[in-house]
Amino acid sequence: MTAPAPARRVRGTTAHAAALDMRALLPRPAAVAVNGLLIGAAAIALFPLLWMLAASFMVPGEASAYPPPLLPAHPTLANYRELFARAGIGRYLANSVLLAVAATALSLVFNVMAGYAFAKLRFKGREQLFKLMLGALVIPGQVAMVPLFLLLKQLGLVNTYGGVIVPALASIFGIFLVRQYALSIPDDLLEAARIDGASEWRIFRAIVVPLLSPIIVTLAVFTLLGTWNDFMWPLIVLSDQHLYTLPVALASLSREHVQDNELMMAGSVLTTLPVLIVFLALQRYYMQGLMMGAVKG
Amino acid sequence: MTRERRSAGRRHVAWWFVAPALFVIGVFFVLPVIAALAMSLTDFDIYALADLSNLRIVGLRNYVELLQRPLFWTALGNTLYFVAVGVPLSLAASLGAALLLNSRLARFQPFFRTALFAPVVTTVVAVAVIWRYLLGTRYGFINYALGALGVPPIDWLGDPRFAMPAIILFAVWKNFGYNMIILLAGLQNIPHELYEAARIDGASAFAQFRFVTLPMLAPILAIVGILTVAGYFQLFAEPYVMTQGGPLQSTLSVLYFMYEEGFKWWNLGNASAVAFLLFLLIFAVTLVQTRVVRRGAFAQ
Repeated sequence: MTAPAPARRVRGTTAHAAALDMRALLPRPAAVAVNGLLIGAAAIALFPLLWMLAASFMVPGEASAYPPPLLPAHPTLANYRELFARAGIGRYLANSVLLAVAATALSLVFNVMAGYAFAKLRFKGREQLFKLMLGALVIPGQVAMVPLFLLLKQLGLVNTYGGVIVPALASIFGIFLVRQYALSIPDDLLEAARIDGASEWRIFRAIVVPLLSPIIVTLAVFTLLGTWNDFMWPLIVLSDQHLYTLPVALASLSREHVQDNELMMAGSVLTTLPVLIVFLALQRYYMQGLMMGAVKG
Repeated sequence: MTRERRSAGRRHVAWWFVAPALFVIGVFFVLPVIAALAMSLTDFDIYALADLSNLRIVGLRNYVELLQRPLFWTALGNTLYFVAVGVPLSLAASLGAALLLNSRLARFQPFFRTALFAPVVTTVVAVAVIWRYLLGTRYGFINYALGALGVPPIDWLGDPRFAMPAIILFAVWKNFGYNMIILLAGLQNIPHELYEAARIDGASAFAQFRFVTLPMLAPILAIVGILTVAGYFQLFAEPYVMTQGGPLQSTLSVLYFMYEEGFKWWNLGNASAVAFLLFLLIFAVTLVQTRVVRRGAFAQ
């Protein structure tokens, strides 16, 4: 009668140990919930973009079905061919690239120079001027649009590339971003170069710009994405179709081709994929700028 | 060369560094803003556009007439609706996502962070085109998913009751990642000791959120909230692409109204008045929010 007892006890402990092992192997319910919710949220965030890509390869009319198809039955490049051959999207793509690159390059020169000067060079009224600029940040850009349009009309810049770029050539936000970063440059370094007889311009090019390179990349990504995605101002200032940027052209195409979903998805891919790739490649810099920018309020 | 003269020369050089940027901001931003105020006091229209001698100063007439136009009030009401519902929803989504990402249980954090942020960097016009399809009555995925739950199809963009909610859903999806990143940085800055102390005191997960996370995050939440309100007042591209302000003007925003008034009908004096009213509204709301936040900070 006493013999089976130890055996049962042994069985009991092994079962217990096994349960412990299982618990260590299986994730806790809280971990399942957190990761499950993250997967769900990521699915919602990415689904429209992934579907856009899938639908851009569908045969015209294929997406208009119930239930809506997830993947193309017979993947085709017909929509892209149609966009380039007949809708002239190559031209819009070139416009967008040209304008975004030009606006980014020029505004970088202006903003970096000004941001550095506001941080490290002394001149009369520097602090007051900087405070005024920060105050002006509360004014939405759209307030300036009507008179700006008239001004550019006087200058003969309406309906030109210049008209799109000019207001983007300098930004208070960009100057602020560079200034915050440039404040950390040690004065001794600049002073030593001055004693060696270097000119301010040379100091800027040889010492300051290399030191500022991380924030320059950050600002470049911000400006590039901002000008690429900009919609309202190019819509106002451009009336000639040949000058349209991708967003303006896409908005106009989508009004003409309300039913051509697959074609519009291909257009959306061409509009949004370039900026997504730039973002993915330079994500670290973008996020850093976002954190610094958040402090501006 | 004396020290004095060199430093005077340097001051001179400093101006050359700031001059190009200040010139651009002065001529293409400050000047137009001042001009907008002046223009809003005139009857600048298509005739004045052809010949400036047709221009007359009308004082505050544009403003008085605007405030008597039902369409302006419709646009203002729609914009307030978008802000009042859209901002809390956006902030809730941002905070929820940031909390999930910040959880110690979360895996593949960099992947999820990038995935949730991706909609922010996309082009509004392009993703609005996608959403117009997703929201489609017959073939859209959203009605398909709702159908699986037994909800009859909704004419999202064609029914005045649903068009603005649809645009709000779209805006939340597009924008929540931005504030999520800022809030996530805020969460990561909260010292671990605070949570440990709370746990020793026996605080539940919810109590820790209520009495440690929220108060510590409050300053960042306030800034993010104020900036988001100001941004959401500038609603334009979403209704322009998805609904063209319709149906029955249910998604006409103040900025859309300004665009049509100015660049479709060329009532530029009127459009300037609309822009200025919008600016004053944003400014007033920001001021009130800042006051409330400050008072809240003192109360604690």
